Amino acid sequence: MAQEHHAPREGAAERTNATKAGHGEGRLVLVLEDEPNISEAIRFILRRDGWNVLSRADGDDALDLIEAEAPALLILDVMLPGQNGLDILQAIRARPRLADLPVIVLTAKGHAADRDRAMRSGASLYMAKPFANAELLAAVRQLVGA
Amino acid sequence: MPRSQLSGTRIRALRKARNFSQADLARLAGISPSYLNLIEHNRRRAGPSLLTAIAEVLNIPEQTLAEGAEDALLEVLRASAATAEAGIVPELDRLEEFVGRFPGWAGHLGALAERVEAQDRMIERLSERMAHDPNLSAALHEIVSAVTAVQSTAAILNDSGELDPEWSAKFHANVHADSQRLARAAEALVAYLDASGEEAGPAAPQEELESWLARHGNHLAAIEEPDPPDLAELTEGQAELASHAAREMARAWLLQAHADARDLPLAPLLAALRAMLASAAGFRPDALAEVLDVPMDRLFRRLATLPETRDLPRFGLVECDGSGTLTQRHPIDGFALPRFGGACPLWPLYQALATPLRPLSALIEFPGRPAPRFLAFARAEPIRPAGFQAPVVLRASMLLVPATPAILGAVPPSLPQFEVGSNCRICPRLACVARREPSIVAR
Repeated sequence: MAQEHHAPREGAAERTNATKAGHGEGRLVLVLEDEPNISEAIRFILRRDGWNVLSRADGDDALDLIEAEAPALLILDVMLPGQNGLDILQAIRARPRLADLPVIVLTAKGHAADRDRAMRSGASLYMAKPFANAELLAAVRQLVGA
Repeated sequence: MPRSQLSGTRIRALRKARNFSQADLARLAGISPSYLNLIEHNRRRAGPSLLTAIAEVLNIPEQTLAEGAEDALLEVLRASAATAEAGIVPELDRLEEFVGRFPGWAGHLGALAERVEAQDRMIERLSERMAHDPNLSAALHEIVSAVTAVQSTAAILNDSGELDPEWSAKFHANVHADSQRLARAAEALVAYLDASGEEAGPAAPQEELESWLARHGNHLAAIEEPDPPDLAELTEGQAELASHAAREMARAWLLQAHADARDLPLAPLLAALRAMLASAAGFRPDALAEVLDVPMDRLFRRLATLPETRDLPRFGLVECDGSGTLTQRHPIDGFALPRFGGACPLWPLYQALATPLRPLSALIEFPGRPAPRFLAFARAEPIRPAGFQAPVVLRASMLLVPATPAILGAVPPSLPQFEVGSNCRICPRLACVARREPSIVAR
């Protein structure tokens, strides 16, 4: 195993680097997802496609993290511990420097109203759980232009 | 001639047969002669409490004059007319004629209107549950999360031809753990839907209990026996008590009623009540409780569950907890309890909740023509001695009795008077300060 891959603990960011050359070309994707096994699966498929991945199980200090790490894309779960991902998204869009950051919103809620709210909050793409890995990967590539 | 116009005619005929003048009957029934004249000529309708008073004065069974069912039908049709589609204008001014000439069609329309209202409310409740029920939302979130993890991980295992053995073992373990989690979550969801489905049926458990008690006239002979009631025999196989929760509530009710009956047997209660009402002193529950040496809440419950007796009034009772949720419901004619949602916040019941340990009495008037009036007694107190740490848990109760001359006494007390309703949704007092939602009844 090239890297240690444990589920990120809340409050700790987990950084893993691409295992292969691929579409990602070593660019960074930030994943804010509190379900450890979902997060692990996402990290695996992205790394295999050439992306470096930074993942966190909560949304604390998300804005500072994004400012500091400058990811190429953010995968954001709506229901994070104690926080709504859409509130984080609105705060991101309120910062001019982050206004164009591609953000994929993941949610277990598939209602049209939830989709509308995500898009109004500034999501680049809304994806209902459960999602297909290939679909997520295709979305990441498309939004980053890889 | 519409049936609803008969009551005035009947009153006039019965009064004359007993040689009462219009002025005498009006005075004894507590209304003005001119109002009685309008009623006798079928230009005004007499409500339940007035019919009770007139029946008392004329010394005739109340049923001779009662038209409760027809009044209720008129109310239902009036409320239904208020929700008519745009462009459809029901002839409200000819409603009584309609009910009188076509009682079958009117009854059918009334039943349909009630069914529509009940179904609308049920849909609202279910939608609300789907959208906001935290239990359902958490259960579904858990399932979707587990499914997502299983699907993504299984796809990796399936699609990755040469997966590192260590990764492969890890992902297999993840799939196993998530599938177990999924099974548990699904089981919890099914259990929740099963239990809540029972409660979301046509009747909530409290309504089932209320129907059961109503069928027994709010009184079961078994509670008067010295031995504890046979709970299983009394509550099993009862059509009204369909849910487990309702049967549990019925058993709790029986145990409480039996304890009340042991402490306050029927014979001395009836004797003391009759003596009080015959004395022209009017109904005074505090004096009655003192004579009988029982706590007030026990007296209230006993009065509300008296066997039906022609010479005594019916007593209504409601109890609520500190949240205002009605926990005991014994309605009587003219005192309608809301089937859905909260009750009228102006009830003395809730005023008492705001001033624990301070009993209140008031004259309250419900909407109607003429308006049903009741003498209400309300009180709230902690259900157990309050500790310094524990939260204070309050229970309030309100006893109601029709405000007839015998109840008010020869010298009626000077009491606050409130215009109240049953529930905002069906209350016509549009400008009420306590209104919390629009009324469907437009007048």
